[in-house]
Amino acid sequence: MPEGILCNKTPIKTEEQLKLTLADKGGKQYYEELNNLDVDSDKLWASIQATMKSRTKTWLEICAHCGLCAESCFLYQVNGRVPEQVPSYKIQSTLGVMVKKKGKVDNAFMQMCMETAWAKCTCCNRCGMYCPHGIDMGVMFSYLRGLLYSQGFVPWELKIGAGMHRVYRAQMDVTTEDWVETCEWMAEENEEEWPGLEIPIDKEDADIMYTCNAREPKHYPEDVAEAAILFHVAGENWTVPSEGWEQTSLSMFAGDWECCKDNVLNVYSAIERLRPKRAIGTECGHAHRATVIEGPYWAGREDGQPPVPYIHYVEWLAEALRTGKLKIDPAKRIKEPVTLQDSCNYVRNQGLKNVTREILSYIVEPGYFVEMSPSKEHNYCCGGGGGFNGIGMYRAQRNMALRKKMEQILATGCKLVIAPCHNCWDAIRDLEEEYKIGIRWSFLKPLVIGMLDVPEHLRPKDEGEDE
Amino acid sequence: MYDFLTGPVLWATFLISFGGLIVRAVLYVRGLDWRLDRVAYRPNLKYGIRGGLRSIVAFLIPFKARLWQTRPGFTLIFFAFHIGLLVTPIFLEAHNVMLKQAFGFSLPAMPTGLADGLAWVCLVGGLFLALRRIAFPEVRIITNFYDYLLLVISVLPFATGLIARYELGAYDFWLCAHILSGEIWLICLPFTKLSHVILFFLSRMQLGMDYGIKRGGMKGTDMAW
Repeated sequence: MPEGILCNKTPIKTEEQLKLTLADKGGKQYYEELNNLDVDSDKLWASIQATMKSRTKTWLEICAHCGLCAESCFLYQVNGRVPEQVPSYKIQSTLGVMVKKKGKVDNAFMQMCMETAWAKCTCCNRCGMYCPHGIDMGVMFSYLRGLLYSQGFVPWELKIGAGMHRVYRAQMDVTTEDWVETCEWMAEENEEEWPGLEIPIDKEDADIMYTCNAREPKHYPEDVAEAAILFHVAGENWTVPSEGWEQTSLSMFAGDWECCKDNVLNVYSAIERLRPKRAIGTECGHAHRATVIEGPYWAGREDGQPPVPYIHYVEWLAEALRTGKLKIDPAKRIKEPVTLQDSCNYVRNQGLKNVTREILSYIVEPGYFVEMSPSKEHNYCCGGGGGFNGIGMYRAQRNMALRKKMEQILATGCKLVIAPCHNCWDAIRDLEEEYKIGIRWSFLKPLVIGMLDVPEHLRPKDEGEDE
Repeated sequence: MYDFLTGPVLWATFLISFGGLIVRAVLYVRGLDWRLDRVAYRPNLKYGIRGGLRSIVAFLIPFKARLWQTRPGFTLIFFAFHIGLLVTPIFLEAHNVMLKQAFGFSLPAMPTGLADGLAWVCLVGGLFLALRRIAFPEVRIITNFYDYLLLVISVLPFATGLIARYELGAYDFWLCAHILSGEIWLICLPFTKLSHVILFFLSRMQLGMDYGIKRGGMKGTDMAW
């Protein structure tokens, strides 16, 4: 059987197919079909020839086999330093062999590649910083994922994830109506406490267009409310688009490049429709990577920039605190040892290492912030990046991967971890669940709201009178 | 034999070696693709060049990049090996005599003792690089025959050169062996992994441009290599 009903080379394009695949609990049938999936070697080789240019070719060729990348990889470190976890080995034995064999590889080989690409690499890009030749194996694994996806060799959850993005243009089944309703509901829900609170939808020519992660409207709508509250208190002229509000990209984790392009164009068309001065994304790492860092290239924008300046939430927050739009009540600052998780997707991949620390300088009592070691662009992946968090089949490997972050957090002695990234936040939550080290974790929004010095006119009437 | 090896063969060698390396460099740059690499090289060239140069310099200077700091022993051997490999042939007195005869000019020659020392450094360094391939599991798993062959090709001119210099055997034979092995090394440069003599710079430049343009440079933060 060359192609399965659920596991095949065709991306999920319809709601019907999506539901059918979702109904296959745990991907039981999907993975059985995977065992019989044929490799289209001609297509694979044609694809490699068309997309593997001098950068990647050179990376594969000039790797000096020096092994210096080994220690840079947290998965190598936590898995007993077995040589099979050396980044160079991982990429040479998968993509390297695939290229050498001109795509003439079999099902077993592709399944090995699949496991390596999604369970032995989170595409954190750390190895690229430690290779003397500047070989970024994270970039190559991302490329390999695309090749594997095009052949149908992708974990069940990511096939579905990319399907969600194709069908709903969101990582979850949140429709335009659901989203708009959630915004209205959240505005109403919090109006009493925050008089005048609004979530303006499709307002044209606003200063800010806000975009988020579908999980927020779906699972924690209070996050949408918190964003609204902070914009409201800061006095921003802002809006959310009814279409093009979702900026995440499980399709990027899956390697579904066609879908990545479609989704980012959807966000950019919202920008073109509403003409905001700039766009701001939520506290998510990969969403920022997809929409702001890689997105312009998928969309074919030659300058590598989104249509308007598009910043991460931490950049806006730092700016709002710096300019005094948001004021912190010094008495309410964090007065316990607290550490910060640097997200690979916007720290190593866009250098946003100083703004988060600037934010902490406002919200943490001096002396209580403890850096992880290493930190900033040298920080390790949370353990759940690149889609790792969501793949049931690789749960044991993912839990092992969390150990590096656990060691780092334990070494700081902190019980509170600030994680301004959905993936990191999830991984740290799971690490507490798995290893019970007694920590708490938080996004920035709820922390900041809890310590705001709210101007008189924005407070609820009765509370204002009481004071 | 000597005249033949230092005449037409040497000319052909230089042509193939340096010509080949230039071709490799040109092909590399032409093969860069802003869309596939996802780096807007051209519109942001200034940021790119800045990032690229930072990336090269960080790895060119011993102990500058974090990698070099984390592995001091390796760093010492590695740099000594590469410095010996490059400096010795260029500033060796005997080579410069030939240069003078052919073109009427020469580079400053280094003292014989220093040249001997550097040649030994290359041999011992090469030996260490081979031994670590055997000793460390993380290196052994990615090592193949080709890696040893390239090490041999790279140190052979030094081994034969020292034998000739100490006149340990038939001088003429070892001199010719030395010249031949040097020529083999030169010819191998463009066709093997030794092409990193040029591709190191280009590959580092590329990743540096990536960081200088897309991954932080344009946000005003420099990568701390």
